Amino acid sequence: MGLLDAGFSRDNVLVAPVDAVLNWARLSSLWPMGFGLACCAIEMMATNASNYDLERFGIFPRSSPRQSDLMIVAGTVTMKMAERVVRLYEQMPEPRYVLSMGSCSNCGGPYWEHGYHVLKGVDRVIPVDVYVPGCPPRPEALIGGLMKVQELIRMEQIGMSRQDALKKLAETGVEPQPYIERERSAAGA
Amino acid sequence: MEEGTIGSKQVQLSEAAYSVIHEKFGEAISAFDRNPTMPFFEVQDTALWTDIALFMRDHPKLKFNYMACLSGVDYPEEEKLGIVCNLESIGAYPHRIAVKVKCPREGGSIPSVSCVWHTANWHEREAYDMLGILFTGHPDMRRILCPDDWEGWPLRKDYRVQESYHGIKVPY
Repeated sequence: MGLLDAGFSRDNVLVAPVDAVLNWARLSSLWPMGFGLACCAIEMMATNASNYDLERFGIFPRSSPRQSDLMIVAGTVTMKMAERVVRLYEQMPEPRYVLSMGSCSNCGGPYWEHGYHVLKGVDRVIPVDVYVPGCPPRPEALIGGLMKVQELIRMEQIGMSRQDALKKLAETGVEPQPYIERERSAAGA
Repeated sequence: MEEGTIGSKQVQLSEAAYSVIHEKFGEAISAFDRNPTMPFFEVQDTALWTDIALFMRDHPKLKFNYMACLSGVDYPEEEKLGIVCNLESIGAYPHRIAVKVKCPREGGSIPSVSCVWHTANWHEREAYDMLGILFTGHPDMRRILCPDDWEGWPLRKDYRVQESYHGIKVPY
């Protein structure tokens, strides 16, 4: 549901809740911090580049945490990097969002048992809003995750906590299986 | 068969180089091992390692001017730690050879060769970082990959990861 779907009335007057306008503005210019940690970063760069063109969503990497709204943790977080990730997260102004991209930053990935140097999930050091599974996730999956962040922003209201917004987001979740079945049968026919 | 003959020719070249070293250092180095992948010998008198290295680099018939790699190894059954150095001679001779040097697992050390081949500087730091091998005479004996305050030597066979690092849980 976009803000403009309601249409303008005759006198170019748009009636909308303040929350909706603010949320629309924020989710339409979601600036991630331009940093990557491992092979997921290659996929993230491919998503930024012309084929997948994240800029059509207003998503455009910034080179400073102070100008960023979103941190895409793209890749293996080593114990050494974990402290730097926390420092970068703390430098981001609120409201800030964290997207954990790929198995490594979700839970340690292939390093879960013998990778003594790898942090087993970036959510051990910073709060994560959206997890994107994959090793590495395809650009489509990353875009899906980014749209999830946009949905989360859309759920927010002034005075509402992040936990409540995440809860609201979980409640509005759609079961994908019927859609998958429908697409499959359509493709088979 | 052709490959086999090329391989043995390589080994013969290495053996010729070995005999020059053996002539000078005698019992300080072990017998030559005709390993077809990488022929090697072991330094028995660890204290002489820097002298052997200098000799191998500067002798006109050897000119091992290039250290391709220096790896650390853990030998828990022998209670020893060791290094394997792959040496080559670029632009001078087609021979190549590996040298093994060992030291006791607890409280042992190996003389540094970072003054002979500068490549050894960071490689020795890596061997120290991963296995805790001390290199005497190294200009900068610090960890290179792990954080400075990391506990333990990760590539030792009996390594157990620490429970937490700076308050962050480490195991899964």
